[in-house]
Amino acid sequence: MKSDQKKRYNRRDFIGQASRLTAAGVVLGRLPARSKKLNSIEGEIKVAVIGCGGRGTGAATQAIEADKDVRIVALADAFLDRAKECLSSLREKYADSEQLDVNRDNIFTGFDGYTDAIDLADVVILTTPPAFRPQHFEYAVKNNKHIFMEKPVATDIVGIKKIIKFSKLARQKRLNVVVGLQRHYQKNYQTLYKKIKQGKVGNIVSGQVYWNSGGVWVRPRKKAQTELEYQMRNWYYFNWLCGDHIVEQHIHNIDVANWFIGDVPLSAQGMGGREVRTGKDHGQIFDHHFVEFTYPGGQVISSQCRHQKGCMNRVEETFQTTRGSFTMNGGGAGFIKNRRDRLLYNHDSKADINPYQQEHNELFSAIKAGDYRLDDSQKGIDATMTAVLGRMASYSGQAISWDEALSYNQSLVPELHSFNDEPPVSPNRRGEYPIPVPGVTKYR
Amino acid sequence: MFFVPFVVAQNGSRIDYFETIDGSKLQIKMVFLAAGTFQMGSPTKEHGRKKDESPKHNVFVSPFWIASYETTWEIYELFLNRVNNTRKADRGNVALEIDGVSSATMPYVNYNQEGFPAINITQYAASQFCKWLTAKTGNYYRLPTEAEWEYACRGGSDAAYSFGEKSTNIGAFAWHVGNSDGFLQKVGLKNPNSYGLYDMHGNAAEWVLDSYDPIAYIERTMTVNNPIVIYKNLYPRVVRGGSYKDAANSLRSSSRRFSSSSWKKRDPQVPKSLWWHTDAKHVGFRIVRPLDVPSKKQLSEYWVKPKKEY
Repeated sequence: MKSDQKKRYNRRDFIGQASRLTAAGVVLGRLPARSKKLNSIEGEIKVAVIGCGGRGTGAATQAIEADKDVRIVALADAFLDRAKECLSSLREKYADSEQLDVNRDNIFTGFDGYTDAIDLADVVILTTPPAFRPQHFEYAVKNNKHIFMEKPVATDIVGIKKIIKFSKLARQKRLNVVVGLQRHYQKNYQTLYKKIKQGKVGNIVSGQVYWNSGGVWVRPRKKAQTELEYQMRNWYYFNWLCGDHIVEQHIHNIDVANWFIGDVPLSAQGMGGREVRTGKDHGQIFDHHFVEFTYPGGQVISSQCRHQKGCMNRVEETFQTTRGSFTMNGGGAGFIKNRRDRLLYNHDSKADINPYQQEHNELFSAIKAGDYRLDDSQKGIDATMTAVLGRMASYSGQAISWDEALSYNQSLVPELHSFNDEPPVSPNRRGEYPIPVPGVTKYR
Repeated sequence: MFFVPFVVAQNGSRIDYFETIDGSKLQIKMVFLAAGTFQMGSPTKEHGRKKDESPKHNVFVSPFWIASYETTWEIYELFLNRVNNTRKADRGNVALEIDGVSSATMPYVNYNQEGFPAINITQYAASQFCKWLTAKTGNYYRLPTEAEWEYACRGGSDAAYSFGEKSTNIGAFAWHVGNSDGFLQKVGLKNPNSYGLYDMHGNAAEWVLDSYDPIAYIERTMTVNNPIVIYKNLYPRVVRGGSYKDAANSLRSSSRRFSSSSWKKRDPQVPKSLWWHTDAKHVGFRIVRPLDVPSKKQLSEYWVKPKKEY
């Protein structure tokens, strides 16, 4: 069984799948209008939001703005108060709009509420913490829904494998899948990608990708919370829920390396730890990782991510090539230089559309036309797997190959049905959680 | 008609000083501007002017101190990170509970380097910084009104720029599209105006308190006393001085620019951040301290109210 799985999902298969997909995507794009549009939707396009935090609410807004036929018909969240907050935020803008079609009867809560919500929809927005993405994706695909899902697509290898399995089914069913790696929908990135592929400064030899920032929110423990509820409220700080910030956030920058190199790494090695963010409400995750990813073409990418206050922030990707260098960031920067530091191209992002909106514009235009145009699942899988590989390297302090990491069925997320269930990690008597120790922690 | 304020000691308090921040070695240089009447807006013949600067009218401004520099990251981060959050009891004359000042969320802004203006900060966040600094020092800080800002920018000059009518010499005084290479610059690298204020023209555009009303000046027929225009709407609100991205015209003392919801267009969350813009890399702020401290009730009216955005 183990070797079967290794065969099925090893690196070569990943690449094979990716290139097949790209080919299929190109062909599909050129297909003339089909006489029979299997997935076309007449009139209203019903959307369910699974995961009603700030990002889910934002994605719902973008869906509404993408097409006037979009109807938000259901909200699901583990927590009722989050779903209600989401609804009241949407009502601020769309109270009088027929596009917001949610009342108390189509708000679903708890661990299993997502099924009821998905059942009501044609399209689903999957924006819970990433631990739950694989099971939500599975249910949505099985029930023939088009999908927008946030990155990362999982926090562990078992989750990634589930996404792989059901992305194949989604492809067979011709379901459009958009993954929230919005740099792919951002003009400065698209433009530089084209120019680099055209050979403007030669081939990539190395690169540095960064998400160095002061960190994110903390939701301190409240009285009367069960341990599981506390962890899910303060989810960013628990590996099984979040995947650590190298996976949850830095994935954006790692994804850009995969994208521009056109491959996934052979191996990773790196370091990391908790230096300053060490409070009880900071759970288990590291506050910094530094990982080297080595690609089959010999390129080496250094990946830095830091959550430490008071340091210089840098969220950006920069690459050295055989004839120059280029740099991009989410703020709209995109420039190419030659070896003498002379600007060859400098992107002006002033008129560029918001990439978060563009994701939904493209998704709903495909759905409305009855077209199968969008399949980001491979990008999402590759980027998530690369980041998880990086995390395994920084947690363990070992050099790990892609295929080794994949062959280990790391499973962090248990089956959960109630807030009284036991979470996979629990605090000791002093309220501290198990924290990975490089050199001691085993990646498998 | 035109009154040049004194930057001299008139009594113990009316002098320039360095505000100190307990627990930090950083200081904020504050320049005293005496009360005065000046002409706000531009004459119809001014090159590059816009209609919203009409008519030119007399404004009386009460005395205040204004920061010599745009607020830099290392100063703003004292508030952002709240590392040292205590206050010595014996300071200042405004009592404010420091723990009652809301904390900003962590930024999503690249290159927060020492010496550079803090940018992409909302007007509310800039105002909360002032509130925190007030709580920390006991001195009353806030954002300038649009009138105070223009009074300070002019440096006693009636011309289009503090250094004269023509923009020929602008490179000596300001970072603008022609000399910035498209990048924000460290504060204080160019010549100051006659009051000793740096980068009033260019570099980061600067928040003021006022809402943008293109016809705000029209009814001002008599000399107006400390005018301020505040509407409930979050947009548009005024930023002054133009930026490193703008042409000289937009850097004129009377030029008025304003905020828009597109400044948060890449915020993926709803509600959107109260604290950060995503697309206002050209906007920072500088602080003022009025000499006369208003009553506690009035005082809070000059702090920007948070307004959720969906």
